[in-house]
Amino acid sequence: MFSRAYRAAITLPPLLWVAIFLLIPYLLLFCYSFWSVSPSQEIVHSWTLGNYNELLTKRVYLQTLFRSMWIAARVTILSLLLGYPLAYYLSFHAGKRKDLLYQLVIIPLWVSYLVRAYAWKTILGSDGVLNTLLQYVHLTKQPLEFLLYSPFAVVLTLTHIYTSFTFLPIYASLEHVPRNLVEASHDLGASPFQTFWRVIFPLSIPGVLAGATFAFVLSLGDFLAPLLLGGPSGIMISNIVVSLFGAAYNWPLGAAISLCMLVLVITLLFFSERLEKKWSFR
Amino acid sequence: MVSSPQPEVVAHSKQAAGPLLSIRKVAKSFGQHNVLRDISLDIAEGEFLTILGESGSGKTTLLRIIAGFESATSGEIWMGGERLDPLPPYRRRVNTVFQNYALFPHLTVEQNVGYGLRIAKLPKDEIASRVEQALTLMKLTAYAQYKPSRISGGQQQRVALARALVNRPRMLLLDEPLSALDANLRRQMQVELKSLQREVGISFVFVTHDQEEAMVMSDRIALLRLGELEQVASPREIYSHPATAYTAQFIGHTNLLRGEVKDGVARCGSLSWRTGLRDGPGLFSLRPENVRIGTGTTDGVAVRFRGRMLRQAFHGATELLQIECADGLVLSVRAASRQSWQGELELEFSPADAVPVRESQERN
Repeated sequence: MFSRAYRAAITLPPLLWVAIFLLIPYLLLFCYSFWSVSPSQEIVHSWTLGNYNELLTKRVYLQTLFRSMWIAARVTILSLLLGYPLAYYLSFHAGKRKDLLYQLVIIPLWVSYLVRAYAWKTILGSDGVLNTLLQYVHLTKQPLEFLLYSPFAVVLTLTHIYTSFTFLPIYASLEHVPRNLVEASHDLGASPFQTFWRVIFPLSIPGVLAGATFAFVLSLGDFLAPLLLGGPSGIMISNIVVSLFGAAYNWPLGAAISLCMLVLVITLLFFSERLEKKWSFR
Repeated sequence: MVSSPQPEVVAHSKQAAGPLLSIRKVAKSFGQHNVLRDISLDIAEGEFLTILGESGSGKTTLLRIIAGFESATSGEIWMGGERLDPLPPYRRRVNTVFQNYALFPHLTVEQNVGYGLRIAKLPKDEIASRVEQALTLMKLTAYAQYKPSRISGGQQQRVALARALVNRPRMLLLDEPLSALDANLRRQMQVELKSLQREVGISFVFVTHDQEEAMVMSDRIALLRLGELEQVASPREIYSHPATAYTAQFIGHTNLLRGEVKDGVARCGSLSWRTGLRDGPGLFSLRPENVRIGTGTTDGVAVRFRGRMLRQAFHGATELLQIECADGLVLSVRAASRQSWQGELELEFSPADAVPVRESQERN
């Protein structure tokens, strides 16, 4: 149908893009993860499994990875708990206010992530908004220290940021639930509560899965929130990668961790995709 | 017409052989727009009633009010001795077959059919046997484990019917359930639906815009026009004695003759016949099949006239002719498909077939 020249012309740019920005970097990362650093801080270009060995045997890496996953899991659950009711209300009960409310939920997405993370720093700090308020109303005598520089602060900030990301796919899937199914359910004797659990929720599962995947994957790889608000106890795996590529100058180990993360995330995406397919009926 | 019943009357009406459903002065408006005005209609136990109307006539709204998806702006609905309109849809013993079936896509055919019974928390073995029975009745046993997306439109239609009927509702509401099917399947389903209704003996309230469908299936037709009931009667009655010009034109095909009645004689252009009507303007509906070509009958009072063939259209079993009378009046005439006619024709009809109808009121 199309000439070969035309087909080549339209496929070349994306191919080039993928090659330059994805394949080559990942290939480099892959190679680095099997190289090592000499005591004189030079990259040794000979193959070794040492990085992976170190990764699995040194407590700090696995521990941080598990902490990251635990933080990401909490963020996921919290943003689902916040995002789902919001999406449900907007889709089914907001009536004329729907568009306005939708915009209000979306607007924070236009604000820089960094700004929002800093905002939480201002709110949670020892002379921040929250502590000042608590002391002012005499609920506490001293500033609450656990508010900032803790996993709590990281979870709170990430939840705030990723609730919009979970809201969007859930809202989209709820909007796709045919309203006559809700009527049919009522017609067959199901109360609104029964209708929700038997019809609406099952049909919104693809959105929930997509939202959960967003929140989990994005939180898992986050490094700004732990950097700004995490403190020593809130360090996440990306912070370690960043320091290995920076101050520590151990690119091979950093690459090995990155690659593990990559495999983890791809596996996760694969299964979430399959589950989403299983739960969509169009 | 219907006064609001006293409490003691209500207590008795359960035993009385009154109507199953009573719609009393129901009106519905969306903002400024009056969709339904002053609808009063009784539906008997075991009756097949069709609510017929064009799009925008309010027929679906009326059905949705009975089902409980919309609430009436004013008026009441009673079922047996119980007032229905304050109840939410899930407390009403009516079930609906939706226009696009509204089958639950995540449930199998079997689960769809058993939905209402599981909600009602019936014992498991009773659910199983009733679902089985419904699937057998609808010839769906082979598809029990299929998801709705994998079966055809006609099968989905039957699942929707089974899902509603399995609950043994007192009344089944059907919102244009056949409109998505193609013509052949549709005609077949009309017959099946009618015999199904006889079999189960449940009242059916069927909404359609298709007058032919309404005539084939119904015990009674309620013709709705611009939110008001134009006429409620059996198909034969409504066809042969339409009350208004609109009814006559909407149900079947007709010639409207506008004229005058004076001293017991109706006069429309060059046509005239004796009538028992009072003096004044007259409007008559004359069905095309009631005009005969030729004057061979022995009908002594037949109105005889001459006309010129304008057009002839083939309709299968019949031909529809357009005939221009001497005074320029054009009549549709239906004749058996045997020949072609040309030129001047002699025609006649019986005065009894010129049915007086009321002028339909203009509304906005």
